[in-house]
Amino acid sequence: MGHCLRTADVLIVGAGIIGAACAREFARQGLSVAVIDPGPIGAGASAAAMGHLLVVDDAEFALSQRSLQLWQQWLDENPAHAALAEHQRCGTLWIASDDEELALARQKREFYAARGVAAELIDAAELARLEPLLRPGLAGALRVAGDARVYPPKVAARWLKEAKVEVMRGEVLAPEGQGLRLADGRRLWGALTVLCAGLASQRWLPPGWLLPKKGQLAITQRQPLTVNHQLVELGYLKKAHLAEKDSVSFNVQPRPGGQLLIGSSRQPGRADSALDQALLGQMLESACAYLPALAHMSLLRCWTGIRPASRDGLPLIGAHPSLPRVWLASGHEGLGITTSLATAELLADLSLGRTPLLDAAPFTPSRLK
Amino acid sequence: MKMLINGQPCQVPEGCSVAAALAHAGQPSATFCGMGQCQQCQVTIDGVNHRLACMTPAVDGMVIEVAHEPC
Amino acid sequence: MNPVEADVIVVGAGPAGLAAVRRLLQANQRVIWVDQGARPGGQIWRSAVPQQWEIATHPHLLWLPGHAVIAAEGQQRLLLHSLINPSQASLWISAPRLLLALGARERFLPFPGWTLPGVHGAGGLQALVKNGWPIRSQRTVLAGSGPLLLAAADTVRAAGADLRLIAEQASATTLTRFAARLPQGKIAQAAALRWRLRGAPYRAATWVVRALGEYKLEAVELNDGSHVSCEALGIGFGLLPNTALAELLGCRISAGAIAVDGALQTSLKDVYAAGECTGIGGVDKALIEGELAALQMLGQDDARLRRAHVRAQAFAGRLAASFAPRPALLQLADAKTTICRCENVTLAELKTQADWRSAKLQTRCGMGACQGRICGPITQELLGWPAQQGVREPLQPVPLGCFLPPREPA
Repeated sequence: MGHCLRTADVLIVGAGIIGAACAREFARQGLSVAVIDPGPIGAGASAAAMGHLLVVDDAEFALSQRSLQLWQQWLDENPAHAALAEHQRCGTLWIASDDEELALARQKREFYAARGVAAELIDAAELARLEPLLRPGLAGALRVAGDARVYPPKVAARWLKEAKVEVMRGEVLAPEGQGLRLADGRRLWGALTVLCAGLASQRWLPPGWLLPKKGQLAITQRQPLTVNHQLVELGYLKKAHLAEKDSVSFNVQPRPGGQLLIGSSRQPGRADSALDQALLGQMLESACAYLPALAHMSLLRCWTGIRPASRDGLPLIGAHPSLPRVWLASGHEGLGITTSLATAELLADLSLGRTPLLDAAPFTPSRLK
Repeated sequence: MKMLINGQPCQVPEGCSVAAALAHAGQPSATFCGMGQCQQCQVTIDGVNHRLACMTPAVDGMVIEVAHEPC
Repeated sequence: MNPVEADVIVVGAGPAGLAAVRRLLQANQRVIWVDQGARPGGQIWRSAVPQQWEIATHPHLLWLPGHAVIAAEGQQRLLLHSLINPSQASLWISAPRLLLALGARERFLPFPGWTLPGVHGAGGLQALVKNGWPIRSQRTVLAGSGPLLLAAADTVRAAGADLRLIAEQASATTLTRFAARLPQGKIAQAAALRWRLRGAPYRAATWVVRALGEYKLEAVELNDGSHVSCEALGIGFGLLPNTALAELLGCRISAGAIAVDGALQTSLKDVYAAGECTGIGGVDKALIEGELAALQMLGQDDARLRRAHVRAQAFAGRLAASFAPRPALLQLADAKTTICRCENVTLAELKTQADWRSAKLQTRCGMGACQGRICGPITQELLGWPAQQGVREPLQPVPLGCFLPPREPA
């Protein structure tokens, strides 16, 4: 029998936004937590993410809505949290460029209205008033005022601090007995293990459960022209049939201080970090089509990130299909920042044998068997 | 050479960089490395933001805005 | 995209690039020559280009001054942005062979007050003055380390500055030994320089511990506790090879410089490098390497030049050994001293982080406009953080329009 280092009640693999949220939640439940990551806190997908906090109108509605409530609770806990997270309640404007997209905006509004989420239809004139930088000739928009933006890496660091966790630098090779084995030979023991290592979680899953969806972003220098909401095109929804192909869509976020963050792109199946120039050009072109002033702004930096997507587009939150005492919180694709807190809450409830607030069935990992 | 600096007309010597011209006019940009590396000397020249004063030759008639807050 | 094509692209118009382009044009190669500056000569050397080297109008040369390389596609296509005419469409250039003559930038070591207006690099002050910066009658101190200090002092003196002090951190013994081993050609040069600077106190084993002033520089405090009143301080501690474009292309970087073999080829076939960017060694090494790289591209060699190269590399070694900043210089910054100038991150904030990447994400250090060119080397020296990877387009901030796909012709 090898030497086992008694580590903590809960071993968390991954120090991104999900791991940090889980660490905080388990700590709040009175359990001791260890977090392992080969890299710095929040340096993976969480660093590449836009940090958009939004309520979505699809199968993850309940998860995102609950999560935004929990985000607000966290903000209310301490007045310093908002500044630390660089939290701005900018709201989202879903932009309709024609009548077809305006119809989509109405459908979205009905969905939200039926569920008590404040969402108002904006006509072309009001849109121009709210966002003078948008090109003329757009049809209108749906405004979801409760949405916001944050800066995830600092939030992750803060949640880990709240959990009183020192992240262990290391790479987890495999679950082993009642714990984990690391690449450097260390063995960690815990009552349960949570896998939230982004795409790397795939190592412990049957083939094809998690897939990469590469994204590219760009950011401007600080400059005086700004937008007041996170701007997203509704036209994106028309491209749903492009699920297997590379695609871009208009998505721009104001950052405090005056930088504009520009996304977004999707390259299914790509897990490399190289910048795709052609796709970058398309993404920027689409952004300039909505915000012509962007073309003259100073571009500071571009980067890539890998969204860990699940095979059916919904995150895996729940018991590992075969490994005892191992739990999954992975595959959040483009919604990880938003749903981090509700994921942690759900996962803690499930793993500690309590009745969860939300219906866990859509996220049960074994559904993919 | 005549230039407009922060809205004020100024006379500056021929053949100098924008950084030098601004210094002559008593309205220096925040220069440091002098060779286009540190990016501190960013100014607006003829309406284009974030141009490097130390790397840009001053030209007669240029309109320059120096931000008061470092960018 | 239809790039402008040539046989060779040379990036950089300092001594290495100059020497290479001359040789390539003599051999009838079609050359595209790119430099960010408005004139050839480079950022450090900055002497006037000798008359016989006026080649800007050669029929086989496309000379592109005032252009920055901002992106690359493969190893044979570079995207250029005009700094002089920023509204001009960005330009793709292409050639089967590439020579990187990227030169160097100064090494800065932070100290309290180093961000006061009036404080510049030593090479920085030289560059500014050569471009018309008004320094006449300004009380000026040059400080730091290395031969560049004297060259910069010479420049500011010639422009009428009231040169108060040249403070070299190396010891007198080190300087004497270095001077004793100067190659023949340099001794006369050095003597002439010292004669021109005879009016200014030159002190070895002396360095600036802080810069003083409320809104701008008013005086410096030296390690012996004395103060020198001044309006201008030029301070730099030698040079660092510029490697960003090489990193973007995927060239191997070793000890902070572009790694090259005996043929001055980088780890990428058909990409060569020459001059300060392969290792700091001064003008002579740059001139020799520029010419050698060109010869290699032409399938030629030159034994005499090779021997000169060996001597130049030996000189480079002595340069590095003689002027390496002493440990005390790494202790000058205090908790409140700014380390990342772009994002105003202090040493105290950085000390809470484990490494460069954490620091970037948690404090914004290195996320600003200089993309870590100034603060990156400082964190290596002061905090022991390993050299950072991950250079991205754009290599410097440029208008976003540079990256838009070209419009279809009407």
